[in-house]
Amino acid sequence: MSVIEVLSGVLLAAGALAVLTGGVGMLRFPDFYTRIHAAGITDSAGAGLILLGLLLRVDSWDTAVRLLIILLFLALTGPTATHILAHAARRDGVPMWREGDRRQ
Amino acid sequence: MSLLDRDSTRAASAQQHPRRKTTLRFLRTAPFPVVFWLLLSGHFDPLLLALGAVSVAVVCWLTRRAGLDHQSVTLSFALRLPRYFLWLSGQVLVSTYTVVRKVWSPRPALRPVVESTPAAHLPELSQVVYANSITLTPGTLSLDVEADHIEVHSLERSGVHELREGRMLSRVRQTEARR
Repeated sequence: MSVIEVLSGVLLAAGALAVLTGGVGMLRFPDFYTRIHAAGITDSAGAGLILLGLLLRVDSWDTAVRLLIILLFLALTGPTATHILAHAARRDGVPMWREGDRRQ
Repeated sequence: MSLLDRDSTRAASAQQHPRRKTTLRFLRTAPFPVVFWLLLSGHFDPLLLALGAVSVAVVCWLTRRAGLDHQSVTLSFALRLPRYFLWLSGQVLVSTYTVVRKVWSPRPALRPVVESTPAAHLPELSQVVYANSITLTPGTLSLDVEADHIEVHSLERSGVHELREGRMLSRVRQTEARR
C-alpha cells in the first residue's frame, strides 16, 4: 500500500467516525438547537473528510473536479439549510434548553 | 430586516426594469450555469445539450425571480476564496474536536447561549459568507442575520466570545472583493 492509500483510508475512517458521532449526538443532546450542532458535525467534518479521502483515490481528473464541486456545494448548501431551519424554529418559538433544565 | 425580506424587495424592484436591461442581466447570469452543466455532464449529444439549455433557462429565471441577478462574483473574490476555505477547514476541524468530545463524554457539559456578534457594514455577499461560516463550524449556529449583527446560538459562551474577538470577521472582510 502506498502512502496515499493509507492517508485516504485514515481520512475515510475519520469521516465515518464524524458521521457516527453526529448521529449519536442527535440522540444524546437535549433540544432541537443543540441537536442541530450535532448534525453539523456530520454535515461539515463528516462529509468533508470522506470527500477528501475519496479525492485521494480518483483515477481521472474529471472525477476529481466533480468531487471538488460536490465539496463546494455541500459547504454552501449545508449551512444555508441549517440556518433556515434554526431561524424558522426560533420564529415559531421552539423552546430552548438551558443548563439545569430537565432533558426532554 | 432579515435577508429574506430584503431579497423580496429587490425582486420587486427588478421587475420594473426595461426589457433591454433584462436581456443584459440574463447574459451576465447565464455563462456560469452553462460552464457548470458542461463540466458536470461531459456529454455533447443533442438531447443532453437541449436539457442543459432548458435547465440553464430555469436557473436564470429563478435567479431573477429571487432578485439575485445583480449579484456577480468578481474574479479577485473567487481567487481569494480558496485561501479562506483552507483557513475555515482548519477552524472546522478544531471545533469539531470540541463538539465530538462533548458528544461522547458521559455527562455532556452543555451551556447553550444565544448572543449576538457584531457584523456591521458588511456587503451582502460577505454577510452570507460570514453567517454560513458561523453555521459551518460545529458549536456555533447563526439564528438570525440582521443589518448590523448576527444572532448566534452556541453550545458554550466561549464560542460566541471567539467570534466577538473577530478573527473570522476580519478574514471575511479581507476576502471580499473591493469593487
